[in-house]
Amino acid sequence: MLEYMTILIIKALVAFTVSLLIVAYSTWIERKVLGHVQLRHGPRRVGFHGLLQPIADGIKGFFKEELVPDNADKPLFLLAPVISIAAAVALIVIVPFGDKVTIMGHEITLYLTDLDVGVLFVLGISTIGAYGGILGGWSSGNKYGVIGGLRGAAQMISYELSMALAVIAVVMVSGSLSLIDIVNAQTGLWNIVKQPFAFVLFIICGLAEINRTPFDMPEAEAELACGFNVEYSSMKFALFFMAEYCHMFVFSALVTTFFLGGWHGPIIDGPHWFFLKTFLVIFFCVWERSTFPRLRYDQIMSFGWKILLPFGLLNILLTGLWMIVFNM
Amino acid sequence: MADKDYILNITDRRPTGKYITPILKGLGYTLKNFFSKPITIKYPTERREVSDRWRGLHRLKVDDKGALKCVACGLCAKICPPQAITIVPYEEAGQTRYPKEFVIDELRCIFCGFCQEACPKDAIELTKVYDFVDYERKDFIFDIEKLKTPEKYIFNGK
Repeated sequence: MLEYMTILIIKALVAFTVSLLIVAYSTWIERKVLGHVQLRHGPRRVGFHGLLQPIADGIKGFFKEELVPDNADKPLFLLAPVISIAAAVALIVIVPFGDKVTIMGHEITLYLTDLDVGVLFVLGISTIGAYGGILGGWSSGNKYGVIGGLRGAAQMISYELSMALAVIAVVMVSGSLSLIDIVNAQTGLWNIVKQPFAFVLFIICGLAEINRTPFDMPEAEAELACGFNVEYSSMKFALFFMAEYCHMFVFSALVTTFFLGGWHGPIIDGPHWFFLKTFLVIFFCVWERSTFPRLRYDQIMSFGWKILLPFGLLNILLTGLWMIVFNM
Repeated sequence: MADKDYILNITDRRPTGKYITPILKGLGYTLKNFFSKPITIKYPTERREVSDRWRGLHRLKVDDKGALKCVACGLCAKICPPQAITIVPYEEAGQTRYPKEFVIDELRCIFCGFCQEACPKDAIELTKVYDFVDYERKDFIFDIEKLKTPEKYIFNGK
């Protein structure tokens, strides 16, 4: 029992440290890639090619002044970033980094838990993160904040649905709600081949879900002066920021898990394939951000409800028919 | 001229046109940019070449023996539009004149180059040094010693 607990604690520490490091350095990737796309260099000064920039940003965040606006609802104002970051970090629990390995005679699984209902956990907890945005925007007593938070909530609800439909198709071909089983079902043939439409659907809805351009309605710098986090400063702002990038990491990990075969890959299976694919998806997130302008709000809504939702339902229908006809 | 020639009333706001190809084209364009060389230079380790006629920080020229060419005639101080130059001339008996004090307030200077043109002895010139920085106003009041070596004040990123 003691041995089990020790292994579990060490595993949790390592998993969270690695994940949060990736989260911190995805900000570096973002700035670097955006810079090079715009024919700039990106950060270069702090450390070799700006590699210490995330750490410098973190230290700066700690030492900035904490501001609470006069007409803010103080308890909720303080609680909102906590909800946001907690919901984002909790998602790391189900990320399957790799399969079982044997280290010093102990068989260790390279994931924290194998939830039977992993998919439901993902969909549920990722929506709770929206509360952080809504509460933060509303409690700061700022009209931009409220509008940003409400937009975020509406967008989240709309795209959550289509995202769930995309995941249902994956669950149908994999036959399980557990992420580990979904990865194992992709040995040989990845789900991106079996479910190309669900892949596109999941990518689009996921980008909307993690509030990235072209769906960054809650922030919308040009219209809302930064949206729900407009009144936040110092570490509270940094927590929102971290939550956003944590969502991006988890989204990339989920794309890898659901569609790109998780830790499976040519030659040797292992966590290196998982990390490689995750970084490619993170790169894609930044790449598409540098390409697309923000959509208009009504366009986002009508796109979500009138196109993606029927598309997702149709995909499920076709998957079901396919499975009946070919008796899989 | 009827107004209807100019006002286009759009009632149908449904989006029209192509989607997939422009999206892929855009992604291709940004990817191409990502792999091409940045245009931004890494100032201050790299810097742009400025024109030969660039008017930057002043230099008081010296002759082969290391003495100032300036004879403290005061023409530059006279022509200087913002009156940034102060000269105190000095002359020992029977010797040539030279400036005892030659002070340029670089914060007043508008870098017009008139001093260079007015000088009969070709004793003052404007160099290509354009990025001199310091912390206090008094550091920008350049005396003879500072004016002899303007290159020392190029910004090096520290």
